[in-house]
Amino acid sequence: MLGFILFAASEVMFFGGLFAAYFIARADSPSWPPVELLSPEQIASGVKLELEFTLPLIATIILVTSSFVIQWAVMSIARGNRTGLIWGLFISITLGLVFLAMQMYDYSQLHFRADDTIYGTTFFTLTGFHGAHVAGGVIFMGVILARSLAGQFSAKHHEAVEACSFYWHFVDVVWIALFATLYIFGGA
Amino acid sequence: MASIAVPKSTGYERPAILDWLTTVDHKKLGILYFYFTMFFFAVGGVLALLVRTQLAVADNAFVNNNVYNQIFTMHASAMLFLFIIPVWAAFGNYIVPLQIGAPDMAFPRINALSFWLLPPAGIIMFSGFFVDGGAAQAGWTAYSPLARTLGTGMDLWIIAVLLLGISSTIGAANFLVTMFRMRAPGMTMFRMPIFCWTVLATSILQLLATPVLAAALVMLYIDRNYGGSFFDPNGGGNAVLWQNVFWFYSHPAVYIMILPGMGIISEILPVFSRKPLFGYKAFVFATMGIAGLGFSVWAHHMFTTGAVLKPFFAFMTFMIGVPTGVKIFNWLATLWKGQITFETPMLFALGFISMFLIGGINGTYSAAVPVDFALHDTYFVVAHIHYVLFGGSVFAVFGGLYYWFPKIWGRKLNERLGQVHFALMFIGFNLTFFPMHLLGLDGMPRRIATYSADHNWDFLNSLSTAGAFIIAVSMIPFLINVTMAFLRPKDQPNDPWEANTLEWWTTSPPPVHNFDDIPPIYSERPLWELKHGKGADASHH
Repeated sequence: MLGFILFAASEVMFFGGLFAAYFIARADSPSWPPVELLSPEQIASGVKLELEFTLPLIATIILVTSSFVIQWAVMSIARGNRTGLIWGLFISITLGLVFLAMQMYDYSQLHFRADDTIYGTTFFTLTGFHGAHVAGGVIFMGVILARSLAGQFSAKHHEAVEACSFYWHFVDVVWIALFATLYIFGGA
Repeated sequence: MASIAVPKSTGYERPAILDWLTTVDHKKLGILYFYFTMFFFAVGGVLALLVRTQLAVADNAFVNNNVYNQIFTMHASAMLFLFIIPVWAAFGNYIVPLQIGAPDMAFPRINALSFWLLPPAGIIMFSGFFVDGGAAQAGWTAYSPLARTLGTGMDLWIIAVLLLGISSTIGAANFLVTMFRMRAPGMTMFRMPIFCWTVLATSILQLLATPVLAAALVMLYIDRNYGGSFFDPNGGGNAVLWQNVFWFYSHPAVYIMILPGMGIISEILPVFSRKPLFGYKAFVFATMGIAGLGFSVWAHHMFTTGAVLKPFFAFMTFMIGVPTGVKIFNWLATLWKGQITFETPMLFALGFISMFLIGGINGTYSAAVPVDFALHDTYFVVAHIHYVLFGGSVFAVFGGLYYWFPKIWGRKLNERLGQVHFALMFIGFNLTFFPMHLLGLDGMPRRIATYSADHNWDFLNSLSTAGAFIIAVSMIPFLINVTMAFLRPKDQPNDPWEANTLEWWTTSPPPVHNFDDIPPIYSERPLWELKHGKGADASHH
């Protein structure tokens, strides 16, 4: 578990670097989103530096819910309840996949790309790397689910489940920070 | 003490090549790290000789500007990313588990992954020489906007450094867990040998700083390949942002590159002075102090951008001279009234102290903002970095190799050849890098392919080039020494130097499981205790 916490610390620093880039760009910019940076051609081609809100809000609720679900799975196996563990993991994986699907749909509805000013670059870099971590978390939970089905965990031996849930909480917390930064306090 | 008899392995043995390719034994991985890093030390050295050949005389056309940019960039990248940083993982891998009385690292398979990320990274980085536009040529610092515009070699460089970063991050987590969780009974944190402490501090820096470099590299890659604007003011980005995120890693990285070297000479000095390290705890706190302060000095590389808070970063940089000065006094006080003998490891350790001191002083000197404005990007800075990283780290690498060679390979290196190696390297080193101080003060900028004869920089530059070739020649006695040693049978006792720490308790080289038994541990010098201290008569406890 210690090794895993250290790994998460390094992940925090990675996202810290990306967040730093975002805040520096935002501090440098006279307005946010930096619409004055758009060229006439970009505006003519329909580029708009605007985000959806409702869909990401629902996605946020789903991801936060999945954090509670996986915690329930951990608490189940801590009491020796393997069925609870398996169902908890299964539901968390499903919620993670729903989140990813919603993020993909959200991407498809946006009117800007990664090469449309620093706004597009930071948005897709931050949410893209987070999405990759969600995908990683889903795979991680899939492995743990397979091991649960094989009966490898018990009330006494389930450190890998705890590590997995720890990682999933971490991914969740990063998303809450992202949601607050990009959506709630995302500028005009 | 209880001991467990382990039966000798009999029957099926895997072919040696398969064994080396799939090993998860920290000692074998350590040896693989040694071979890998020494190979790239040689590659980086050849590139350095090309640089020095080009600069030997004014208006030289030995290589063109384009090629020159590639060779100095790849020289630094090889030396820093493929030699110095992983060579500490070589020492750390082999020595740390032995020094704390552990059977292996905490995560042996992750340990193997850390190593096996290196060869692909090296190949990817150097494959740049074979693509259109050549290898990376923006310097190892890869500043934007230059790094945003160069050819494919730059992308290969980014990918390679990312892989190396992953290797060093997971390696760091592995070392930390090993030291926190795998220590033998009695081996408290404050009884850990000083080399372990320096690896611990380095690991903290690697764990927390390397991911920021990864973020920087990812941003540069996105800028280059997906139309990103991170470092492009036209798109609302900021070119100085690169310098901030890059140095946020790369300044701690210079401590990553020196702290284990300090640890190695802190193992060597007590053994060949027949005294304990003076101020063990002060040394530990100084090491942790350097690691902590190391995170708050990065912008002293950026004074001339005008975009950073100069008084703060100058002050913090001076501050970091304090724990470093503490260490110098630790070493000097260890030598004081010791029964000093001058075996080869000791020669390199003493060389380290003198030259690191010069490198430290001229570094602190450059931390003064007005001085930095005058010296920024001149050869003075090149002299400084080589006094700490060559005069410091490389001398520590060789000191450590001569010191632990009997343990790792079971043979002792020849003393006379070692002395010749040291003398040539010491002379060659100072001849190469001391004139660079004078060239820098005279205003010679670094990273230029040639210079006009009008500057009268020929004489000092040719001295420097001569020195570089003397360093190259100093490798000949070393290679002869190692070859001769390998041709002899393994004949070393457990503790040929009468040393202090646990790695000398087991056989040379140690068995797969490291220890048949562990002696009682009452201090940071368990072997000394056993011979002369409380442990000499364990019945009292």
